[in-house]
Amino acid sequence: MDLRFTPEENAFREEVRAFFRDNLDPKLREKLVAGRHFTKQELVDWTRTLNRHGWGVPHWPVEYGGTGWDPVRQYIFLEELQAFPAPAPLAFGVNMVGPVIYTFGNEAQKKHFLPRIANLDDWWCQGFSEPGSGSDLASLKTRAVRDGDHYVVNGQKTWTTLAQHADWIFCLVRTDPTAKKQEGISFLLIDMKTPGITVRPIELLDGGHEVNEVFFDDVKVPVENLVGQENKGWDYAKFLLGNERTNIARVGVSKERLRRIRELASIERIGEEPMIRNPRFREKLAAAEIELKALEMTQLRVIAAERTREKGKPDPASSVLKIKGSEIQQMTTELLLDVVGPYALPYVPEPEGEDAPLSNEPPIGPDWAASVAPTYFNWRKVSIYGGSNEIQRQIIAKAILGL
Amino acid sequence: MDFDLTEEQRLLKESVDRFIADRYDFESRKGFIAEPDGYSRENWRQFAELGLLAVPFAEEHGGIGGGAVETMIVMEAFGRGIVVEPYLSTVILGGGLLRHGASEAQQAELLPKVAAGELTLAFAQVERGSRYDLHDVSTTAKKDGEGFVLNGEKGVVLHGDSADKLLVTARTGGSQRDRKGIGLFLVDAKAPGVSRRGYPTQDGMRGAEITFDNVRVGPEGVIGNPEGALPVVERVVDEAIAALCAEAIGVMDRMRELTVDYMKTRKQFGVPIGSFQVLQHRAADMVVMIEQARSMAFYATMMSAADDPAERSHAVSAAKVQIGRSGRFVGQQAIQLHGGVGVTQEYSVGHYFKRMTMIDTAFGDADHHLSRVAEAGGLFKAA
Repeated sequence: MDLRFTPEENAFREEVRAFFRDNLDPKLREKLVAGRHFTKQELVDWTRTLNRHGWGVPHWPVEYGGTGWDPVRQYIFLEELQAFPAPAPLAFGVNMVGPVIYTFGNEAQKKHFLPRIANLDDWWCQGFSEPGSGSDLASLKTRAVRDGDHYVVNGQKTWTTLAQHADWIFCLVRTDPTAKKQEGISFLLIDMKTPGITVRPIELLDGGHEVNEVFFDDVKVPVENLVGQENKGWDYAKFLLGNERTNIARVGVSKERLRRIRELASIERIGEEPMIRNPRFREKLAAAEIELKALEMTQLRVIAAERTREKGKPDPASSVLKIKGSEIQQMTTELLLDVVGPYALPYVPEPEGEDAPLSNEPPIGPDWAASVAPTYFNWRKVSIYGGSNEIQRQIIAKAILGL
Repeated sequence: MDFDLTEEQRLLKESVDRFIADRYDFESRKGFIAEPDGYSRENWRQFAELGLLAVPFAEEHGGIGGGAVETMIVMEAFGRGIVVEPYLSTVILGGGLLRHGASEAQQAELLPKVAAGELTLAFAQVERGSRYDLHDVSTTAKKDGEGFVLNGEKGVVLHGDSADKLLVTARTGGSQRDRKGIGLFLVDAKAPGVSRRGYPTQDGMRGAEITFDNVRVGPEGVIGNPEGALPVVERVVDEAIAALCAEAIGVMDRMRELTVDYMKTRKQFGVPIGSFQVLQHRAADMVVMIEQARSMAFYATMMSAADDPAERSHAVSAAKVQIGRSGRFVGQQAIQLHGGVGVTQEYSVGHYFKRMTMIDTAFGDADHHLSRVAEAGGLFKAA
């Protein structure tokens, strides 16, 4: 047992960090540090920079463009990406539909879609949740009826993240309404330009446009866009959600945020002293750091176990990562709220649209204050999405404890 | 980065796990506690035979040259049995102080006896009012020819009533809370002027209040630099905390197993109580807290051997915070989920709960260690 990184692993970390330093636009990094959102074009450009370097989809099999790194290097890359911070490649493509396509898709689908995902030529979004199907996802009602060489899709999806940018959506649809609910579901790839699709924005608590409702009204989808077998979609969805959960601890994100909180708390003052010298505050911060250190070690244990685990089978320990990872992320938003104090109050909307210029008005209060409360409000989502923390507890109770 | 055990470590784990499973059931433990020393001399002989008492010592001192991982393996198994024998006192604390602080001659004389099970030790460090500060020492050691004369009182000395020899911190100079001027002395427990008042502890072990009244210590009993023993004491206490973290994992795992078994068999309203979602979620939260604690026990094990004392002690403190928090949560849930039977002496889960509670108060509770990490500027400053 040796829990230290090897010199080779540390050198790899340096190489990754140096690449980010040399290739990421510093203005984009600043945006991320300040908690502002990047534009579609910024993510496209950055993804292509990574992809040109061979790092677009590091965790994919080498034959589809992966790097062949072992799990520890995958983790180091991801952690450095989050901690730098640099924008993460679009999860709906590289972490969700990509692995489903290379695992269950046919040759034509692999050949067409995988390179386009890696290069962000196609922007993907996820059509899983419905108004009546949240935690009980398998109860979904969106129907796909086979009609010759295509399916006709009718129904509604919701919480569809960044669907306003999307070229494609991967959807769970009901193809056999008579079967048991998990057994009548199929996995369809749908071109967002198909007639009959309507995207309607949902405004979140922070005032931002991040998620949408997507309506399907007699949408014709060619049968070649079915992934795997008809009525086996639930298996592919479980596979996808298992993949999603291993990345969900977001240790690097929380590390970067705690670093930022420590930095800002040495500028903000309580009375005569910087906040960071206040015993109550610094103990709260230290407590969060300790929880994060424990989570990091738990994440590394899950990664180490991956080597010996059956491929494609999710580890129930990833539910532990989801619960703790989301709690710690939320804790960082609360700490930042503590630091900003009264200047949490002013509401300064972020400029919308691709090329909206930043306001020439001077900031109200500290220049980092505007995003603090919105992020706190918005990040309540992290214990809800990706299988709510209560669903994760069900998984632990069943899969680990046998209750 | 690897979490795997070597072949030797795996064998050690198998042998100590088997011992605990076969010989240390809850009823047998009651018998061990009832013996005159408050533990089983026969078990101690068996530990020696299995090589457990030799784990951290060098081969030339009768040891097997194990490191922190080997200690972790033993302590985790001991946690599963809530072992009452003086392993922490004799091997980890006493043996550690000698291993890191004593001269070669002293080590060659004493450590083989420890490894063979012929010598038990206790660490007399806490004083009334010193709480968790290792540098808060009022007991005095006055130079007297080649040796010293000790005067003062030490409290909650774990296994202090049965130990053959005591390792005592005493002040040779400076004032009560100075870091300098602290010496470490090896005193025969039956030496003239040593009086011991033994008592049972809440968690089934033994402790003692010990008075030193003009106790003479010859030069052979001076361990290391008599003005500068604190760094050795701090190092050994960090190693002991890492060992306690591992023990706590065994304790928590066992509480979880007992609780989940109970949830599957206990019926109310005509069904096993484990079918109730509100209880399932509590049990799931126990898993989350235990896994976080296990991670930090690994971290403490790794860092307890770090070269830089500051890095070592911050990491160990961080682990102790997590163990304290997780242990309290897991223990309280375990009792609650058992209902009334959890509060009885007759049933085992409460005894694990008691041990867990006392692990938190050993060498600094969660609050104490949290403020240490906070004062040091956090865990990630050098990222």
